[in-house]
Amino acid sequence: MKAAKKPAVATWPRDIYNVFKQVGIRQVAYVPDAGHTQLIKSCHADKSMRAISLTTEEEGVAMLAGSWLGGDRGALLMQSSGVGNCINMLGTIRECRFPLLALVTMRGEWGEFNPWQLPMGQGTPKALENAGVVVQRVNEHALVGETVFAAAMMAFQTNRAVAVLIGQRVVGFKDWSK
Amino acid sequence: MANTVRKSTLDRRDVIKTLLAPRGDALLVTGLGSSCYDAGTLDHPNNFYLWGGMGGAAMIGLGLAIAQPKRRVLVVTGDGEMLMGLGSLATIAAEKIRNLTIVVIDNELYSETGMQPTHTARGVDLAGMAKAAGFALTGTVTTQQDLKTWVPKLYTTPGPVLMDLKVNANRYPLSIRLRDGPHIKNRFREALLGAKAFD
Repeated sequence: MKAAKKPAVATWPRDIYNVFKQVGIRQVAYVPDAGHTQLIKSCHADKSMRAISLTTEEEGVAMLAGSWLGGDRGALLMQSSGVGNCINMLGTIRECRFPLLALVTMRGEWGEFNPWQLPMGQGTPKALENAGVVVQRVNEHALVGETVFAAAMMAFQTNRAVAVLIGQRVVGFKDWSK
Repeated sequence: MANTVRKSTLDRRDVIKTLLAPRGDALLVTGLGSSCYDAGTLDHPNNFYLWGGMGGAAMIGLGLAIAQPKRRVLVVTGDGEMLMGLGSLATIAAEKIRNLTIVVIDNELYSETGMQPTHTARGVDLAGMAKAAGFALTGTVTTQQDLKTWVPKLYTTPGPVLMDLKVNANRYPLSIRLRDGPHIKNRFREALLGAKAFD
């Protein structure tokens, strides 16, 4: 089966940004990932949002609990290696039934060249599920926007943690054989 | 290394009263353990208590302070809890958040787990670390007189503010019965946001 042709410039980061606007995201916490570069730029440029750079991903989990306490919707952006840094704090999200929208760009799967990325990348879905997070995966760039929208609806309307795993096939990978 | 900070005689249950007396409409986030129980003796709908999530209190405070820029947000936590979230001092300082204050009730011990010394007992200076990170106001307080001078600043000085408040090793029985996470969350949101809490 042939996947839908990728546009020359990735449009899925803009699709996510549009979903953020649509659902009223005000706080965007992140540890940078190459896959989220364009989205992070868009969020910093938007005066109705506050984009917050973290030292570690678990800070973002706690921060978004605080944002919800104060009436703001938020989102957490990270790479799959950051998921492992969040586990204990996700217990607080689960116990209190805080909503959490996490967008995870995947490493350690489709075409990965760095063996050190595989342990956490391959463990990401199970680690999240074990922590009580609803996991939704998207492997087609054209479906990223609607998947994030559906995840946001579920997170904020049911008070649950929902993570969207954006496949490495969407993000793209470097061909280090050349 | 010798501990250069002289031992404090302040009692945690006395200082929590002094700290919170002028709270007005300030919002309070506690760390887990003793600081949660201390604040529980002065329960208030604007209190959010952590019973877990060690290391997260200051960051919950940051998210709340961003969402509620017109309210002062006070994080009251312990030295062990703050040490677990040191990176958050850098994040909070970098955000230059003006309405956030952190008070560390510092007994230099992990009192919930058997009174083991924390790094502050061995000379680590939390106020110094916050200052180096870029906090607007920091200090270490060991006397009732200094505490009285500091308390108004906690609510009015543009932040971020961090006060390391040294207390003695006294322990108290668990004083709070409010443990259910969704209840603590919903009570806090309803008090702050009214009907919008359940939109």
